[in-house]
Amino acid sequence: MVALSQERLVSSTDASVRRSSSPSFDGLFRIASLASALLVLIVLLGIIGSMIYGGWPAFSEFGLGFITSSVWNVNEDQYGAWVAIVGTLTTALIALVIGVPLSLGIAVFLTQLCPPWLKRPVATTIELLAAVPSIIYGMWGLFVFAPLFANYVQIPVSNIVEGMPIIGTILYARTPSGVGILTAGIILAIMIIPFIASIARDILDQIPPVLRESAYGIGCTTWEVVRNVLLPQAGVSIIGAVMLGLGRALGETMAVTFVVGNANRLSGSLFDPGSTIASRIANEFNEAIGLQLNALMALGCILFLVTFTVLVLARILVSRVKVG
Amino acid sequence: MDTALQHQAANEPTTAPAPWGRVRRSRHVADRALKITCTLFTVLGAFVLGWILLMLLVEGIGGLSPAVFTETTPGPGSQGGGIANAIVGSLIMTVLGIVVATPVGVLAGTYLAEYGKSSKLAEVIRFVNDILLAAPSILIGLFVYMLMVQPMGGYSGWAGGVALAIIAVPVIVRTTEDMLRLVPGSLREAGAALGAPMSTVIIKISWKAARAGMVTGVLLATARIAGETAPLLFTALNNNFWFNPNLMGGVANLPVMIYQFALSPYENWRELAWAGALIITMSILALSVVARLLLRKDKIR
Repeated sequence: MVALSQERLVSSTDASVRRSSSPSFDGLFRIASLASALLVLIVLLGIIGSMIYGGWPAFSEFGLGFITSSVWNVNEDQYGAWVAIVGTLTTALIALVIGVPLSLGIAVFLTQLCPPWLKRPVATTIELLAAVPSIIYGMWGLFVFAPLFANYVQIPVSNIVEGMPIIGTILYARTPSGVGILTAGIILAIMIIPFIASIARDILDQIPPVLRESAYGIGCTTWEVVRNVLLPQAGVSIIGAVMLGLGRALGETMAVTFVVGNANRLSGSLFDPGSTIASRIANEFNEAIGLQLNALMALGCILFLVTFTVLVLARILVSRVKVG
Repeated sequence: MDTALQHQAANEPTTAPAPWGRVRRSRHVADRALKITCTLFTVLGAFVLGWILLMLLVEGIGGLSPAVFTETTPGPGSQGGGIANAIVGSLIMTVLGIVVATPVGVLAGTYLAEYGKSSKLAEVIRFVNDILLAAPSILIGLFVYMLMVQPMGGYSGWAGGVALAIIAVPVIVRTTEDMLRLVPGSLREAGAALGAPMSTVIIKISWKAARAGMVTGVLLATARIAGETAPLLFTALNNNFWFNPNLMGGVANLPVMIYQFALSPYENWRELAWAGALIITMSILALSVVARLLLRKDKIR
């Protein structure tokens, strides 16, 4: 076989004839794949560019006041983003406070406690939770969760805390309808759990088993292994996973639009309706014209900058550990 | 649980050795607490998924009827009707998105894994791709609105398809690259040793070896875009009629239909929204499960 091919190679004196057709396709293929890769870059630049271009009239009209003003009046063409920004940050924060412990618990269960035969079904179940469209979470939140939440949490809690200082404001529902900032945060928490849990599980899986085994070997309990061996090892990249979840929570639109209540007012109470950047855009965009459209684009620009920063940080934190 | 433990603690030292044996009690309690909490959290996650599915089944099955699949969406306040136009519109735009996204995503993933590898440009593109993967879909909707809807003078199914494609591309790029990286270098070397140019090595060897994984990526991307609502809201919108064959004007689609109908005051619309929600969720979950099974079978082989 070797001799045969060698013989053929020698006999084919005109090598360029044999290769004539392929170099052009080869080059074309290379250029096509490079162009596709560059397209990814261009799309991101396009998103940034279109946000700035679309939002510019609003930024130049209101200046920095656009961010700090809490007025959103369509009739008088006065727009400020403060209420939406606060709503976005509050709901995302609530989502993290509830979602992170749950996700880490699930990751620990999957990597440390779960019997092998149960691993795959449980992991698939959690991943399917990520595949459910966000609009379905919105419907579940509005039609199933919110009424229960109003009856069994908002009303009793409001009755208890009424008149108390501080807590009496934060946890008092004037109209216990079930929708509001806290409900949106809870729904967001459920939505980011699968993302954080599956990344945290991958991170825990990557820790060399010998570390864990030696800790068990000197008599550590599971809690001590998790607390003193796994968490310090995973450390920074767990924070990266959390940041990825935060990125999701900040930009999530449909589910939040269903349950946040869409009111433009700042309220001290977590039970009161509010709005987030994404929910406001989703609500008003189709009817918006003129300056309102620009203001919504400017909101999109702010959302982009915030999520972009969070995602870049997340990416840096996750990758640093993989290298180190 | 705490009271039970205290109860045990009070009784057992005299009768039998404590359940925590020679381990200090606080350590035993912390350990038990961790195990129970983690298990509870996992059960809670599974419970929520079950609850959502149950809700869809209970509310959705009542609304399912043959008319749902054959008639168009009814006008406000009227009776009967179906969601056939929304189903077909969703299918068309999802297919459009995937048809656009697959070549671009596969080629870009191929570039990262085969040509760029660890060059500066490839690192930057990988980074940008990861950002796009997690970027809020509503921003992609706004981008396509500026890019296509405004210049073309109206909502269209094309814009919807492009928006979905932009969401699908990063998913395909990522899985393609990951899968190509699993292909052993010796296979490529064998191809190169036979004198095959790089493109032939990639198409005939790398792609073939990574085929199942790449198909999984496309299926996962399909599952991801099939339920996207926010970007379609600004690009394809929705209407209650059969759309134009040239896809200009509003094109009915399931996610936006569900959004508008679910929040409407009409009982009939809400029932249709539940039926649509059941159909779309079941299709997406089935697609995700099939994609996972495909990948698992390939790994075993």
